This record gives sequence, C-alpha cells and structure tokens, in this order.
Amino acid sequence: MRIKLHVWRQSSRSDKGHMESYELDNVVEEMSFLEMMDTLNEKLTVEGKEPVAFDHDCREGVCGMCSMVINGEAHGPKSKTTTCQLYMRHFDDGAEIFIEPWRASAFPVVRDLVVDRSAFDRIIQAGGYVSNHSGPKPDPNSIPIEPNIAETALDAATCIGCGACVAACPNGSAMLFTSAKASHLGLLPQGQPERFDRAKSMVSQMESEGFGSCRNYAECEAQCPKGISIAFIGRLNSDFLKASLVEPIDRRGDMKAQ
Amino acid sequence: MNRIQTLYKSIIGKKVIAAVTGLILFGFLLGHVAGNLKVFTGSNDQGIPHIDEYGQFLKVAGEPLLPAGALLWSARLVLLASVILHITVVVQLAMLSAEARPVSYVKSKKKAASLAALWMMFSGSVIAGFIVFHILHFTTGTIQLGEFEHGYVYNNLRSSFSNPFVAGGYIFVMVVIGVHLNHGVWSMFQTLGIDNPDRNKFLRTASTAVTMAIILGFIAVPASFLFGLMPEAANYAHDLLTGH
Repeated sequence: MRIKLHVWRQSSRSDKGHMESYELDNVVEEMSFLEMMDTLNEKLTVEGKEPVAFDHDCREGVCGMCSMVINGEAHGPKSKTTTCQLYMRHFDDGAEIFIEPWRASAFPVVRDLVVDRSAFDRIIQAGGYVSNHSGPKPDPNSIPIEPNIAETALDAATCIGCGACVAACPNGSAMLFTSAKASHLGLLPQGQPERFDRAKSMVSQMESEGFGSCRNYAECEAQCPKGISIAFIGRLNSDFLKASLVEPIDRRGDMKAQ
Repeated sequence: MNRIQTLYKSIIGKKVIAAVTGLILFGFLLGHVAGNLKVFTGSNDQGIPHIDEYGQFLKVAGEPLLPAGALLWSARLVLLASVILHITVVVQLAMLSAEARPVSYVKSKKKAASLAALWMMFSGSVIAGFIVFHILHFTTGTIQLGEFEHGYVYNNLRSSFSNPFVAGGYIFVMVVIGVHLNHGVWSMFQTLGIDNPDRNKFLRTASTAVTMAIILGFIAVPASFLFGLMPEAANYAHDLLTGH
C-alpha cells in the first residue's frame, strides 16, 4: 500500500521544528506502525538523510515507550492500543498520516518524536511507593483484600506511564496518570499508611512540573492505550480533598473537661 | 485557614472551589425558576399577580426576625462572591492549562470530549455578560426594553417579552445556560470525587434531566408572553402590594 506521511522533525530541544512530508509505497498491511517507521528510516538512511527519531522498546504494548500522536490521536486511531500494536491494516491505502510528538510543556521534545517524560518519574518519586519492612518474608495472602478492591487496584496498575493521557488532554493535564499511580497503591491495605500524604505530594509534584488542570473531558480515558478510567481521577480528587482539609491532623495531646 | 489557602493554591482545590460555587449558583437557579413559574399561577383576590407578591416577599423575607432586605442582601452577597470566585478560579486554571500546551497539534481529534465541555469558557462568558444585562434589565430597570415600573413584575415581563427580540434573546441565553449546566452539574460530581462507574449513568442522566427541567421552566416564561398566551394583569395600586 501507498501512504503519505507528515512527520514532525526537530533536530534538538532548542530547534523550532517543522512538519515534513514523505511518501512510502512499499508498505505492507501486516507491518506494525513502528515497522512502517523503520521502513521510512531505512529509506531516509539510504537517501543520506537523517532518520526520524522515535521512542520504542518492547513492541508488545507493555513498556509505555512508544509515543506518537497519529492523526490527532495519541497512539493512533485504534482504541486501547499502543502505537507498537497498531498495524498498517488499520489504515486505508493512500492514507495521509500525521505523526506528531506528545505536546506538553512538561514533556519537552528532545528530538523529532522523542519527548522527555522524566516529569512522570518525578511524580512517582514524590509518592508512588509503599514502605515495607525488610524482615522475614510475610506469608502469601496474609493480608486479606476484598476481590473488587484488588481488581480495581490492578486496573489502575495497568498504567504503563506512556503519557498518552497528557498528550490527549486539551489541557495537557496529567491527572489520569497521577491518579492511576496514586490509586493502585492507595486502594490496597499496604498503601494506607501513606495514602493521604501520597495524594498531596504527588499532586504537588504534578503541579510543579507544569501540567495543566483537569476539565473532565474524559479525553484521556478515551485515548489511554490501557483504557484507564477517569473514576481514578475522582478518587484522587476525593483523597486530595480529604488530605488537604481533614485527614493527617496530629491529634495527640491532653484535653480538659468543663 | 492555612489548609484552605493550600487548597486554594492547588489545581484540584481550585476545581473544588469552581464545583462548590457552581453548586451554589445551581441552587440559586432552582429557586429562581421556581419563583418564575409563579407567573402562571394567576392573581390573588385583590387582582395582584402572584409573581408580584412573590417579588415583594423576597424584599421582606426574614421579617420580623431580620430587618427587611437583610436576607435578600445576604443572598445577593453570597451569590456575588460565588460568581466572582467561580470566574476567578476558572480563568486561573485556563491560563495554567494554556501554558501546559504551548505548541498545539497540527492535527487534533476529540474522541470523548463533548462540545458542551469544550465550550465551557464560551458559554460561561455569555452567562456572565447575561447576568449583568439581566440585572440592569429586570432588577434595576436601567436598560429599558419595554415599560418598567419597580414591583410590577408581571407587567414588566409582559411588556419586555412581547418584543420578539427580547424574548428570543432570553430563550437563546437559556439554551446556553442549559449547555453549560449539562457539563457543569455532572462535572461537579466528578470533581468532588462523588461520581463512580456504578453511579455514572444515573448522575449524568439526573444532571441532564434537572438541567432540562430548569431550562424549560425558564424558557416557558418568555415563550408564553411572546406567543400572547398570558392575560393582561389588572391595574392595582402599589400600596396594596407593599401594605403601606
């Protein structure tokens, strides 16, 4: 099949960048989207041009590295699918395809389609952990967990941290990522001790990274390759509100009667 | 107080403020539409339209426990503060979000965001402008679009809304308010963390249903006057209403 590509080219962080058009006529339907990109790069290399830089790693939909906005949608037109799991059969012959990097001030473009997502790592560092004792290994299943809670926590934990939510959000908000990461720990008994501090510190880190505010569009959920629900955003809102207004108050001290 | 300040500074806190002030304003609309529907209930045995009586009641509500006007002005202050806070936090958040996406996409596509949600700033601006206009029109009488005399609510409505441009304008703005509320009311539940997958359908349906009811109630008034369905009110002396 023949396709026409419009790809964002930017040689460095400081370069202004521009869209460049390429035509490919040896694309096969069975190719994955990234294999099509490899074909483009082979062609560019043969022509003595600079290949397109893009992030990729596992190519099986779990690592969260591939990050392309394809025809205006994060990870392309197929829902609940990462770019690497997208196949050229999802496009028509003669299709025109626009490929752009994630757009957010918190995700600066490093080169072409590669963005720096360290902001997510810093949000995790701020509170995406639980404290465990380092003593003897506990018995398996020694802490009972209600099955629905365990399943909900697992749903949140399917977040691969790719950043599609930020790319999809008209406001460049990272609430879906932050709420998924805060919730998969905050739902479980092991995550309770830090639950409210976690909500506060992760939100505060998210703010200082320069992500936008959530306007309840649900665009993140629709474009998330793992289909993570905005229910987690509501949960983080609620935890943050409790954390800010009621929860971790030091209530030690004497009281007098009268 | 420290906690409120911290909350105000955070983006979630600002959204919570938008949600709570939105709830206050929504409550006001419920009261407003209930009062408006009094135009359809007719007049008392002295010939005073019920809506005129209701207008007078609002002025003196709270008497004799509170001085006349105290309750009315307290409500007005709460509403004014809510409007100001609602607009302030929303504009602050919009500015922050504009900074978060400095380069826009060449091609962008929306999969889930509703038009109501995407146009909240526009509908909100129309509503803000309308609030000012509406007060100058029917409360103070500064903008004359028909005969206007303080206290004679029914006649003032009848005179203004017999003009198709005035009635049409009001109906248009009511639709805009409806669009704003359709996203806004549900959004409040989500922002406050009340919505969940098990109640999502109910909350969304309920938000739309209540919004529709309110907006149809509001539209009924100018529409009825416009189509000449409303009888002329009897002339009555103003002191009959105020009682002195």
